[in-house]
Amino acid sequence: MIVFLHAVSLTFALSVLWILLSGYLDHALLLYLGAVSVVLCVVISWRMGLLDREGHPVELVFRGLLYWPWLGKEIVLANIDVAKAIIGWGGAAPDPTMFDVRASQKTAVGLVTYANSITLTPGTVTVAAEGDRLTIHALTSGAVEGLAGGEMDRRVRWFEGTRISDGRIPEGGA
Amino acid sequence: MIELVLDAVTALFLLAGCILLLIGGFGLLRLPDAFARLHAAGMIDTLGLALILVGLMFQAGLTLVTVKLGLIAVFVLYTSPVVSHALARAALAGGFRPGARHVVLPDPSSPKSLPSGSGEGRAP
Repeated sequence: MIVFLHAVSLTFALSVLWILLSGYLDHALLLYLGAVSVVLCVVISWRMGLLDREGHPVELVFRGLLYWPWLGKEIVLANIDVAKAIIGWGGAAPDPTMFDVRASQKTAVGLVTYANSITLTPGTVTVAAEGDRLTIHALTSGAVEGLAGGEMDRRVRWFEGTRISDGRIPEGGA
Repeated sequence: MIELVLDAVTALFLLAGCILLLIGGFGLLRLPDAFARLHAAGMIDTLGLALILVGLMFQAGLTLVTVKLGLIAVFVLYTSPVVSHALARAALAGGFRPGARHVVLPDPSSPKSLPSGSGEGRAP
């Protein structure tokens, strides 16, 4: 059942993407070819077993729409922080540090979102991920403090949801 | 009149984006090692990219081109952290050691802090 719903949602998403990228709605041949490509993609995804909460996490779209603006704000602030460190504005200087943070996410999607959010914010890069421990390389002390507060971890934990029963990370690491 | 405003907004966004790209390029040259340089590259493909694409969106107006510019941003924002991570991992696996201090953070979720020496073996 869940596979069927994901197939429907993937078909819808791919059709919308195809129409937006093409822009031609009055060419029967193009629409036909587009429909064939969409069906082919969905069938291949189904055969590969990708139609689940991890391969097509459509359940997270609405939470994602609330998470992305916050992440965008963090990215802008981090960009300014790193830019200051590079050009030495007001005595700021690069101070590279390595440290570990614990990721409290329960699903693979949540863990990847957290690790990628850390990398996406300039000033911090996820160098390694083993189990629930992420090794971070940070450029400035401001970036370290930002992560040490754990706000991003809490927000990604909210983003991944709590009712998720499948897609859990197997014991002993991702 | 409205076109003049749109052009001015575009110019502002492109100028801000260009300044950010310049600082990022400067960082790529100035920062000490590959790991630190990743942060400068991260600046270029997050805010630098976003500012330039938003500037172009004001030129495209409410058309499919704007949607496509938005899709470019989405795809780059989803793929660039994977590339950065792969690069950092490959550098580490290749025996490259970052010239960075190792610190142990207190764990906010539990009173017991992370075991010390977690950065062992990675010291420069």
